[in-house]
Amino acid sequence: MGETKDRKTSSALSFESARKASASERAWEENTLRPALLKSPERAGNFTTVSGYPIRRLYTQADLADWDVGRDLGVPGSPPYTRGIHTTMYRRRLWTMRQFAGYGSAEDTNRRFRYLLSQGQTGLSVAFDLPTLMGYDSDHMLSEGEVGKCGVAISSLADMETLFEGIPLADVTTSMTINSPAAAIWAMYLAVAEKQGASWERISGTLQNDILKEYIAQKEYIFPPAPSIDLVTDTIEFASKHTPKFNPVSISGYHIREAGSTAIQELAFTLRDGIEYVESCLVRGMQVDQFAPRLSFFFNAHNDFFEEIAKYRAARRLWCRVMRERFGATSPRSWALRFHAQTAGCSLTAQQPYNNVVRTAMQALAAVLGGTQSLHTNSLDEAWALPTEAAATIALRTQQILAYESGVANTVDPLGGSYFVEALTNEVEQGARDYIARIDALGGMVAAIERGFPQREIADAAYRYQTALDRKEKIVVGVNDYSTSEKPIETLQINETVADRQAKRLRKLRAERSQEEVQRRLHALRKAIQLHENTMPSLLEAVKAYATLGEICDTLREVLGTYEESAVT
Amino acid sequence: MHEKKIRVLIAKPGLDGHDRGAKVIARALRDAGMEVIYTGLRQTPEMIASAALQEDVDVIGLSILSGAHNTLCPRLMQLLNANGMQDVTVLIGGIIPEGDIPALKQAGIAEVFLPGTSTQAIVDFIRQRVAAARQGV
Repeated sequence: MGETKDRKTSSALSFESARKASASERAWEENTLRPALLKSPERAGNFTTVSGYPIRRLYTQADLADWDVGRDLGVPGSPPYTRGIHTTMYRRRLWTMRQFAGYGSAEDTNRRFRYLLSQGQTGLSVAFDLPTLMGYDSDHMLSEGEVGKCGVAISSLADMETLFEGIPLADVTTSMTINSPAAAIWAMYLAVAEKQGASWERISGTLQNDILKEYIAQKEYIFPPAPSIDLVTDTIEFASKHTPKFNPVSISGYHIREAGSTAIQELAFTLRDGIEYVESCLVRGMQVDQFAPRLSFFFNAHNDFFEEIAKYRAARRLWCRVMRERFGATSPRSWALRFHAQTAGCSLTAQQPYNNVVRTAMQALAAVLGGTQSLHTNSLDEAWALPTEAAATIALRTQQILAYESGVANTVDPLGGSYFVEALTNEVEQGARDYIARIDALGGMVAAIERGFPQREIADAAYRYQTALDRKEKIVVGVNDYSTSEKPIETLQINETVADRQAKRLRKLRAERSQEEVQRRLHALRKAIQLHENTMPSLLEAVKAYATLGEICDTLREVLGTYEESAVT
Repeated sequence: MHEKKIRVLIAKPGLDGHDRGAKVIARALRDAGMEVIYTGLRQTPEMIASAALQEDVDVIGLSILSGAHNTLCPRLMQLLNANGMQDVTVLIGGIIPEGDIPALKQAGIAEVFLPGTSTQAIVDFIRQRVAAARQGV
């Protein structure tokens, strides 16, 4: 833990020692600051971000000695994109208000989708239940108690059709938070689009499909890393040929942060995962500019306002530099990092849940000032259950108030040029570079994961944070200070009728489809993998014959094997 | 007299993969001088009961954030009772609606720790409970 702490502050300290205050600043420090501190000492405790990163009292010109306006800041819509990836950003179009939603059955979630769209959200985002995420049908033994609890239960194309009933996929963009079974779920989505008459050339959305962060943080892995990366590469390859407006991956830091990482770790591990996928696609034989424009990213929007803004700006600048320098990409669309942000679920409290509306608003503001393309705001009941309709509505209204009442969308990158924000952007970028170099030295991200490196960094950071809370070095209002006695709030209840209904539906589905055809197509899927062919065509055939998700994933489990981690505590 | 160390099994029942809390608690309990075994992810109630028996633990800490607690926890309690492990203290941490807590306690869960609980509170609770159990209270 000591080594990690030293490394964490070493980049800060190196910036500190490189800092050359001007003569007038030094005079001010001597003649004004020193006496002021003697007369009125600063508050006790350290002034660090939620990640534990030290923040100076005052940032001045001296913090930007090595900073070059042309090279490091630039203009929005041009490399290095520090100020944003579009020339006019929100003046042209606001960020997409894309609320993550899903619970119970496909009908329940379809209703919530239509409600949110009617209330002004501008994109869909699907939350699947744990059985679906882990590639089990709703009636599998291991699904008991879990069906519809964390998201919507999807066991077949039939469920997917119900999910998007009355929602034209040609006109509405959809993000799907699914990882190990992503290719199969995407096949279902593409099949629904086809049935609706929505052209694959036109449909737009995002598949999360970022398996590396599963081993690192979210832990919804099924198969081992190498074949899993092959599946991801299959989808990127397929998308590059058939779905030009669809993002086949959402390379994510959100979950890494939720698992307890620092902001710098979040950025570093996310971009290094991106690097791993780019390498995999290049090995497959693709040209970088063929697929890189459709790589998208997903970051957390946590509590420390300025650390988050710096993180997003550093992300754009660093990725642009990586794509140009490391991979020689020549298309500006390959250089521009596009991202979705979600406010930090882990920062929200079970105690005094209405305080969470305030936290979410601040975090959303940071994401907007950081130039996000798309945003989800959490609901106040986050620490208790899936959101009620009322809580989900307040969360959406939060974005609308920011967009229409706060004025922050009137200008691009309002904080550009701030000594503090530019200095912090530099420091976050450098911190991320250091981690990326370490992972490179370990042999890449898969190698690093096998050695438990990112997992241990995250576990250490999570423990440091908890220790700080236990010692009241960090205060969480309502939790370790300012608590009151409270009455419980109303929360969303999901009961076992969803599971019962799903079981009935699956019995009917299995009885009505051609069992022979399903077996034939699953066999074809098996063959495709063995022959190192892209799995998307055979997945499409399988889902259209109403092979269930569980059957497809069992086939994949058979051929690819399953993964078990050696836990790092 | 050398007091026997408190042995704790930290377990993740069901499909839920969110292990931040489980790992933080495991480390905190170790730092407090307890012996901690972490089962890893995706344990069935059968696997947890079996591990608890084999490891001869005083305490089982279940981490569950998926909403499947009303199915998994009673099943575990049944298995523990069937195996004569009534003296094992079973705790839950995670996302549990207030309304579900009474039934869980009825089923034999000693305490449910909600988000925001300090690690010290958990350490203290375990020490008290195990001391009482060892005195046959």
